[in-house]
Amino acid sequence: MRVAGKGLIDRTETVPFVFDGVSYNGFRGDTLASALLANDVRLMGRSFKYHRPRGVLTAGSEEPNALVTVGEGGAQEPNMRATMQEIYPGLAARSQNRWPSLGFDLMGINDLGAPFLGAGFYYKTFMWPKAFWEKVYEPIIRRAAGLGGLSGQDNTDKYESAYAFCDLLVIGAGPAGLMAALVAARAGADVILADENARMGGRLLAETYEVDGKPGHVWADEVLAELRGMDNVRLMTRTTVAGAYDQGTYAALERVLHHTDRRPNGAPLETYWRIVAKRSVLAAGALERPVAFRDNDRPGIMTAGAVRTYLNRWGVSPGRNVTIFGNTDDIHRTARDLLEAGVHVAAVIDSRHDAPLSDDYQVLRGAQVCGSAGRKGLESITVRRASGEEKIHTDCLAMTGGWNPSVHLTCHMNGRPTWQRDIAAFVPRPDAVPGMETAGACNGSFSTDACLREGIAAAEAALDDLGMKAPKTTVPQAEDTPYEIAQLWAVPGKGRAWLDFQNDVTVKDVKQAATENFRSVEHMKRYTTQGMATDQGKNSNVAALAVLADATGRGISETGTTTFRPPYSPMAIAALGAGAEGAGFKPQRFTTSHKAAVARNAPMVEAGLWYRPSYFPQAGETTWRQSCDREVNMVRQAVGICDVSPLGKIDIQGPDAGAFLDFVYTNMFSTLKVGRARYGLMLREDGFVMDDGTTARLGETHYVMTTTTAGAGDVMKHLEFVHQGLRPDLDVSFTSVTEQWAQFAVAGPKSRELLNDLLDMQLDDESWPFMACGPVSVLGVAGRLFRISFSGEHAYEIAVPARYGASLYDILTKRAEVLGGGLYGMEALGVLRIEKGFITHSEIHGRTTAYDIGMGRMVSQKKDCIGKTMSQREGLEEPGRERLVGLKPIGESKQLLAGAHLYKEEAEPVRTNDQGYLTSVGYSPTLETMLGLGFLADGPDRYGEVVKMVDHLRGVTTLCEVVNPVFFDPDGGRVRG
Amino acid sequence: MRITCPHCGERDRREFYYRGAAVDLDRPAPDAGAEAWDNFVYLRENPAGVTRELWYHEGGCGAWIVVTRNTVTHEIQGSQLASEVNA
Amino acid sequence: MRFSGFRVLKEGLTGNKGWTPHWRDPEPKSEYDIVIIGGGGHGLSTAYYLAKEHGLTNIAVLEKGYIGGGNIGRNTTIVRANYFLQGNSEFYSHSLKLWEGLEEDLNYNVMHSQRGIINLFHSDGQRDAAARRGNMMISQGDDAILLGRDELREMLPYLNYDDLRFPLYGGLYHPRGGTARHDAVAWGYARGADQRGVDLIQNCEVTGIDIENGVVRGVQTSRGAIRAKKVAMVVAGRSGQVAAMAGMRLPIESHVLQAFVTEGLKPCIDHVVTFGMGHFYISQSDKGGLVFGGDLDFYASYAARGNLPTVESVMEAGMALMPMIGKARVLRSWGGIMDMTPDGSPIIDKTGVEGLYLNCGWNYGGFKAVPGSGNVFAHLIATGRYHENATGLRLDRFRTGRGIIDEEGKGSQHNLH
Repeated sequence: MRVAGKGLIDRTETVPFVFDGVSYNGFRGDTLASALLANDVRLMGRSFKYHRPRGVLTAGSEEPNALVTVGEGGAQEPNMRATMQEIYPGLAARSQNRWPSLGFDLMGINDLGAPFLGAGFYYKTFMWPKAFWEKVYEPIIRRAAGLGGLSGQDNTDKYESAYAFCDLLVIGAGPAGLMAALVAARAGADVILADENARMGGRLLAETYEVDGKPGHVWADEVLAELRGMDNVRLMTRTTVAGAYDQGTYAALERVLHHTDRRPNGAPLETYWRIVAKRSVLAAGALERPVAFRDNDRPGIMTAGAVRTYLNRWGVSPGRNVTIFGNTDDIHRTARDLLEAGVHVAAVIDSRHDAPLSDDYQVLRGAQVCGSAGRKGLESITVRRASGEEKIHTDCLAMTGGWNPSVHLTCHMNGRPTWQRDIAAFVPRPDAVPGMETAGACNGSFSTDACLREGIAAAEAALDDLGMKAPKTTVPQAEDTPYEIAQLWAVPGKGRAWLDFQNDVTVKDVKQAATENFRSVEHMKRYTTQGMATDQGKNSNVAALAVLADATGRGISETGTTTFRPPYSPMAIAALGAGAEGAGFKPQRFTTSHKAAVARNAPMVEAGLWYRPSYFPQAGETTWRQSCDREVNMVRQAVGICDVSPLGKIDIQGPDAGAFLDFVYTNMFSTLKVGRARYGLMLREDGFVMDDGTTARLGETHYVMTTTTAGAGDVMKHLEFVHQGLRPDLDVSFTSVTEQWAQFAVAGPKSRELLNDLLDMQLDDESWPFMACGPVSVLGVAGRLFRISFSGEHAYEIAVPARYGASLYDILTKRAEVLGGGLYGMEALGVLRIEKGFITHSEIHGRTTAYDIGMGRMVSQKKDCIGKTMSQREGLEEPGRERLVGLKPIGESKQLLAGAHLYKEEAEPVRTNDQGYLTSVGYSPTLETMLGLGFLADGPDRYGEVVKMVDHLRGVTTLCEVVNPVFFDPDGGRVRG
Repeated sequence: MRITCPHCGERDRREFYYRGAAVDLDRPAPDAGAEAWDNFVYLRENPAGVTRELWYHEGGCGAWIVVTRNTVTHEIQGSQLASEVNA
Repeated sequence: MRFSGFRVLKEGLTGNKGWTPHWRDPEPKSEYDIVIIGGGGHGLSTAYYLAKEHGLTNIAVLEKGYIGGGNIGRNTTIVRANYFLQGNSEFYSHSLKLWEGLEEDLNYNVMHSQRGIINLFHSDGQRDAAARRGNMMISQGDDAILLGRDELREMLPYLNYDDLRFPLYGGLYHPRGGTARHDAVAWGYARGADQRGVDLIQNCEVTGIDIENGVVRGVQTSRGAIRAKKVAMVVAGRSGQVAAMAGMRLPIESHVLQAFVTEGLKPCIDHVVTFGMGHFYISQSDKGGLVFGGDLDFYASYAARGNLPTVESVMEAGMALMPMIGKARVLRSWGGIMDMTPDGSPIIDKTGVEGLYLNCGWNYGGFKAVPGSGNVFAHLIATGRYHENATGLRLDRFRTGRGIIDEEGKGSQHNLH
């Protein structure tokens, strides 16, 4: 119910919203939880396993019970915490994990089966009959499990990621965080102050404390006003710092628009921040823990701190007749706040025998709540005293078992917190995160005075590290109440007492785990699922640990803790992966001829990050094969044009360039004449082939290397490594020029005729023999010409600065067409190279040596090179290795398939008879047959033999003749002619 | 994670490529024998603690650097240009 | 105690008072026939199969923390046999067959769920590679189906077929692949080994390996010296440190692999899907969380935690491939320490020390290997001979170059596998 005169909300603005189809009104500033409580709605969710009716337990992001789904379709958000979801006009939320309705949930039957569904029951059953797991048991379990659901539609909201840098990151804007930020900001440090709530102030908004004689929230607003006015401060509300990483890096999530129905154009729903901070102050506060007693999970039972928060922050009393139970003075504070607001307090049950008494309300000292009743909401509690048990009618029980400092971020880099007996809680270990100070309640210092002091001290320490001078700061006046706690974890008795509310883990479960020898805290957690729910044990881990310690006769510190890992509170995949949807996933690289190829209807295919044309369909062609065959014939008979720019190009210069190349290639390059190119083979240091390509010598001290498209980046790294790391004595340098040059293959018997029309000079065999290279002038543009061939035809590659690429491509295309030629794509390129037995990364796939691909003799015996020694290991040169061969179908089946395996003709096609596999296949219009390249055990020694190709996947068996991989023009007459 | 490049200062880990232990700089002579080469190419000290390793400032100045780093805490103690190691 | 539905019912009706420890906590004896260093999945299954198949029960498993606390407790639970190189293919096939009878064998429900794995491909070249793999799987006696784009769309309608940066050409479907409940596997083997008399010694750290004249004699531990005729090192994640106690240097570099789980969600992903171009794989646990991961962080680490660049690249791949998971929220991330070998394949072998055995180098694929690894390692320890399905996992393959099993084709740089 709403309480007059309380709360920090704007009562002038009524906000209509819907929960489970029912319309309600709240006020601006309400959360869904506070607004529902104001409307006397207590039932908000169902538990995970037993589908028990549940209401809110907390008032923060740690809420385990009140999880709802918001939105529809691609904007549907499951598992939103009602305690964090702010209401806005039109908000429609619905409960989840129930059927058919929240009030009447058929899965609630699970609760009756609870005796059979205890800790780890599923490990002991569902094993028979064997086939039933996937077909029967698992589908039932899966359907029953889960919380909310995804819509199944693609995300439709916008998310962003961003970087931020600062001197000091302050995490949490309660009294400690505000003070730390203020001190650091006044010293001139760049400060980011982040808080997960919509409004900064922390517990100052939820309690009735005064600071410097003013209400706490007023003091907080004044500090915030000062901070807001400073250029060196960034205040980030609704921002959860979720993870601490190396070298002062933090992950944070800003919920930018969840609190509104307004979706300004371009604004993201959430922004994921990567914050790099030279220093940080953790001032994350503390979380209150419930007490375990029989049926402590009914709607209406919540933490005492949450009751005060709803009352003082939102002007809502979660009940009309409230009882309060706990083991610290907080319960009395709760009683006073409620009474002051005019709410009836039925009883205060203080487990401490020396608890203070009050004239204003009934205090039951040394008493404990041992049970509750009420079907879908609390109706009464049972209190146990020395004199016996007593039933008290109540609609809300505020409980506290003490506070747990929010040490989570200090654990993200493997820091283990330490047990502090006097506050019965874990506190951070100093220096658990390098550069991070802890201050206030997260440090186990619970009074407002201590929080303010520690905030100042933390900022001063950080400023000192940063070499900045802290201004003199007086500590504001505030309460300094001592924190006195008597440990109270679980009230003994029959029945089920909940620890982990969402996952339905009870005291009994933890005890049973201990009985079954799951005594390690990690074992207990994993066996019972304690602490594995959406709150990650924030509400329950310490109590469960205490129960386990008790059950195993150990102390709490001896029992140890589980590890808190990032994120502090869950983060949407869409936020962490912002920008990657669809084409945004990786860069797209386009050649200068891309548009022209697309204009000619060429299907573009990915080649690494590049796009290349697959083939160029012409009128009348209905299949890709028709186009491909035509393009192959065109190159063999006239001339074809192909953009080969994606091949890596590395400019290599320096007096020692030749010596360097001798070291990275298996063959010699220092002896190459200026104006000549040579095919080079490059090994990894482990002796396997790394890459290949032609390298041209343009001058005494100038080479240009080509690499494969896929290998370009790796080769560049490799060259730099070999130079800087192994041979820094050599005077040579490298520049990647892949994108600076547009390069086109002009291939076919009419290639020279075509080029002679374009160049300022005339090519002939004498001046431009095979493998010649050099500068040329192309229609007045300075370019480079290489007489190299990947088709086996008389061919050239012509390169011009990339800005001329598109127009040169256009010119080459038109001239080729005049000569009966034209464009060819990747399919034809593949067939042309297979006909010639040229290799690509299909063959040099990282597992083949020079010997395997028939290039053993290219490893020069005259010099050392990278990979040479290891390539000569005994196991890499012995009989039986699979080596490159050509394969031609000779039987009834004419089909070859890459990826099919090879067997002896008579052998059964099973692994133990495996002899090799096909890497590349294509139909050769030239030879009018399918051709294949592949690797076969001792292949080159078996030319003429018939082997069997079997493709189990596609049901194809083809007899093949093993042949030399150079199918066409084996003596190379065409390339030279 | 932030890594210090001797040329560029402290930069984000995203700018760097990791190769492995700095043993890669100690290339044996071609005839050093199988054991020496096995040690160089394959076997690793792999300490749980401080190690020297090779990173490449791929998205920056292109320097190969030797970083001294703790593999348990990820603390970075220093870095040096690889070209200075074998200079 | 034998577990069954009947037992669960009976205990439920009598107040669940009759449950007994899954395993004992014995004091270490001064001598065993075999000491197994490491109480993770592989160590426990080795002990189990030594006892079950070779009748050897005078065995201690020494674990420095709690059993099952290594990578078997921090993985993405995938079980598959889809390797394409000899050496791996038969080994993982053997392991998968053991999985298929594991629950009956152990009398423990490890929730082995053969929901099928689909490896996506995005180009003709990748299809060829997938075909080579699938053909090897079938020729090894396993199952594989090459899916075209349309068939893929029918099975996985939620993938991005519209504008994915690397378009979907199809997938290699491995119906017998799937998942299992990782912790339960450790517990099931532990319970099975314990029932057969194996001593599981927790909180017992090995601090030295005693070797005399090239023969192993026992180990030094935080709980005293233990003599042993044979010692097996099964400590992936710490292999280098333990092997160093025997004077060995291994071809291993330790790396961190992160993984992630979301909040619980109603069923939405029924298979295991792997997206090689994005280094991303995902499945949904029976509890409803999406369990997924990607590539290594790529730097050597023993921290069992990672950094944001890898977190982001994994999430980005997820968003690229299946934008419907955008609204799922990551609940927890963690990291495991991977023994990365120079060919990405494991090592199960004898060592230069008589009686000392080595099982390591599982890269990021150790979980599915747990039954097979223990089974063939037990065979090696008990008989001194390589199991017929594990003749290729030799330690000396790098020195000799013979039988390197490099599925990725990336060579000797450890982190590239």
